[in-house]
Amino acid sequence: MRRALAIVAAVFCLAAASDPAERLADPAQEARARAIFREVRCLVCQNESIDDSNSELAADLRRLVRDEVKAGMSDEEVRDHLTGRYGEFVLLKPAFSWGNAALWGAPFLVVGLGLLLLVRGFRTRGAEAELSQDEAARLARLSDDEPA
Amino acid sequence: MIVEIGAFSLVLALALSLVQAMLSAAARVKRSRVLAGAGEGAALAAFAGLALAFAALMYAFVTSDFSVANVAANSHSDKPLLYRIAGTWGSHEGSMLLWCLALTGCGAAVAGLGRGLPDGLKTLTVAVQGVLGVVFLAYTVLASNPFARLDAPPIEGRSLNPLLQDPALAFHPPMLYLGYVGLSVVFSFAVAALIEGRVDAAWARWVRPWTLVAWSALTVGITLGAFWAYYELGWGGWWFWDPVENASFMPWLVATALLHSAIVTEKRGALAGWSVFLALAAFTFSMLGAFLVRSGVLTSVHAFAVDPTRGALLLIILGVTAGAAFALFAWRAPALSPGGVFAPVSRESALVLNNILLAAATATVLLGTLYPLIREAATGEAISVGPPFFNLTFTPLMAALVILLPAGPLLAWKRGDARGVAQRLWVAVLIAFACGLAAFALVSPHKAFASAGIAMGAWLVVGAFVELAERTRAFRGPMTETWRRLIGLPRGAWGMTLAHLGLGVFVLGACFETGWKLESAEAIPIGGRLDVGAYQLVLDGVRGVEGPNYDAERGYLRATKADALVCEPRPERRFYPTGGQTTSEVAICTRGVSHLYVVLGERRPGPDGPVWLVRAYWNPWALLIFIGPAIMALGGLVSLSDRRLRMAVGAKEARA
Repeated sequence: MRRALAIVAAVFCLAAASDPAERLADPAQEARARAIFREVRCLVCQNESIDDSNSELAADLRRLVRDEVKAGMSDEEVRDHLTGRYGEFVLLKPAFSWGNAALWGAPFLVVGLGLLLLVRGFRTRGAEAELSQDEAARLARLSDDEPA
Repeated sequence: MIVEIGAFSLVLALALSLVQAMLSAAARVKRSRVLAGAGEGAALAAFAGLALAFAALMYAFVTSDFSVANVAANSHSDKPLLYRIAGTWGSHEGSMLLWCLALTGCGAAVAGLGRGLPDGLKTLTVAVQGVLGVVFLAYTVLASNPFARLDAPPIEGRSLNPLLQDPALAFHPPMLYLGYVGLSVVFSFAVAALIEGRVDAAWARWVRPWTLVAWSALTVGITLGAFWAYYELGWGGWWFWDPVENASFMPWLVATALLHSAIVTEKRGALAGWSVFLALAAFTFSMLGAFLVRSGVLTSVHAFAVDPTRGALLLIILGVTAGAAFALFAWRAPALSPGGVFAPVSRESALVLNNILLAAATATVLLGTLYPLIREAATGEAISVGPPFFNLTFTPLMAALVILLPAGPLLAWKRGDARGVAQRLWVAVLIAFACGLAAFALVSPHKAFASAGIAMGAWLVVGAFVELAERTRAFRGPMTETWRRLIGLPRGAWGMTLAHLGLGVFVLGACFETGWKLESAEAIPIGGRLDVGAYQLVLDGVRGVEGPNYDAERGYLRATKADALVCEPRPERRFYPTGGQTTSEVAICTRGVSHLYVVLGERRPGPDGPVWLVRAYWNPWALLIFIGPAIMALGGLVSLSDRRLRMAVGAKEARA
């Protein structure tokens, strides 16, 4: 456990990606690289993006991403390259795939189910509140019988 | 000797909890007031035993008794007193003891304070609380004994992780645990009501104060944790969608849903089954949180006291306790009455929508936390679910909730008047739009989403005031009348207004900070300059400082804005020799509600002497992120004071 703590503490020093020694000269490219960093997991860390992590692997990945951005690759190409190399685990944003359908679909499912139950509640209760045909006919007869 | 007394008290508390559960259950079966009284006595005694045990452990920490394994592993004689005390709950064993203290404390509170409750319900609640006590105390005694002695005590302890040596974090676990375990009472109430077969307005009213206590404590606990992360971890983030954060957030979401659904059950007798379900779910999520945090099944940045072997035991406890409760629910819930009818446009509907959205949010967080485990178990593929997922799913759900929120309190029960509500809220709509547009136009760079967030925050804040004006008939009658109504408003109404206002303040802060935060970092020599936003920072010098249990390098900086001195940040980089760890002590200058956040990084060799990596952030409106939840928690407490008053009055009437 102590080793884990030491790792955590070492990892936790600073948001590493802003280090001027690593920065790209072109601010637009640098901004793009930073946006990608936030969606890439530092594979050896507990649960951090490579934007935050101080570990060596994160620094390597940042260098890789910056080089690719500098070489003119699109965000999509950079991400594809990373997943090709390290698997889906490297992305902090899970892919929109069938394997993740339950994950992405859950919020919609719960909201949809809730609304369905609510609306059905109104329908059945609405039907209870309305008069049946017999009752309507009886009511009509009663009001007809009333002396004008 | 004192440690042995503690160990003995702990076992005694376990025995007393067992007695509490059995006597109370027997009392309910035989309908015996004497037995019920004895059960309550056992509950009070169990709490006393645990308090003694906890005090004994604290004594061992304060006196640095390293013959106790737990103290040797988690304390150090150099540590300041506050952190020696906080060390009591800094480890797995200690935190489980704190959990049990809160659990027996809640049982004792029901036994001692629940005078207005019907006999059967109260006795059963005490019984269920006793069962929970037995389960968790047995775990603590058998698998996680904090009083275990060492054969050969070391001369010095291994210290508490320096990151945890922080005032906010000293009080974070107690508040969080009070919240987690406070929900156990709600759970016990739900189980008791299911056994009794009666969930009605009165039940909802009794559950409410307990939910309010737990909810307020959770709010404070989570906020302290976020605040700690903000200034201690050193990059200005305050929420990372980390599994451990999610573990504490899920019970909060469910408790929030319960607070709202219980209102419907109390006022209109509807949603009884759903309220009971939430009451069971809230504590289940607390237990799940304890399991996730303590077992280490999920990798987390906050995993400080982790032990996988005990995780399995906690999982069994979770499965059996929650499984039994939900089985009972499935069996008894269909017999509960459906309650009052309401129209599609009504306060009931608004509260149901609130619950649907909160339930969806909880499901999202739950799945986002557990999905990597599920997917890996099912297909062997490892995936990560990080902040981008939650930003795309959780945030829209909350946005929908925020848009609906101000209309809810203005709607009437049973059948609301949509047009009337729209008439009352148009001012708020206008102001919210104006704020959003102003943010978009005036703050550079122009950001549409962040501006929309500002509009929503303003919508909540103004909406809270509109609701207050509506209750007091402000601007529509004489001032004296408004004043009289304002004074006469029930505390519960104030509580709601404060909670909604606090949420608005939080949304404002969170959106502004996230949208327009500025970051700057340079490696600068002494005399070097760094600009962030409108501020210039100059590094005047770096000096060595010796702390009580660390050595530090302290940066002396000057922050100026338009050549006027603003503040003198003193960030530190600390080295703790006992654990060999380095931490950074952030310097924060508060400017209004915004923060200038300065971090001193590592020393590097430069062309002309050493340079230091200095990072500075301009975090606009960051203070609101923490003030908002504080206002919400205050709202909870204000509302609580109202309830107690009313319950006391009710009890008096009943006696008269």
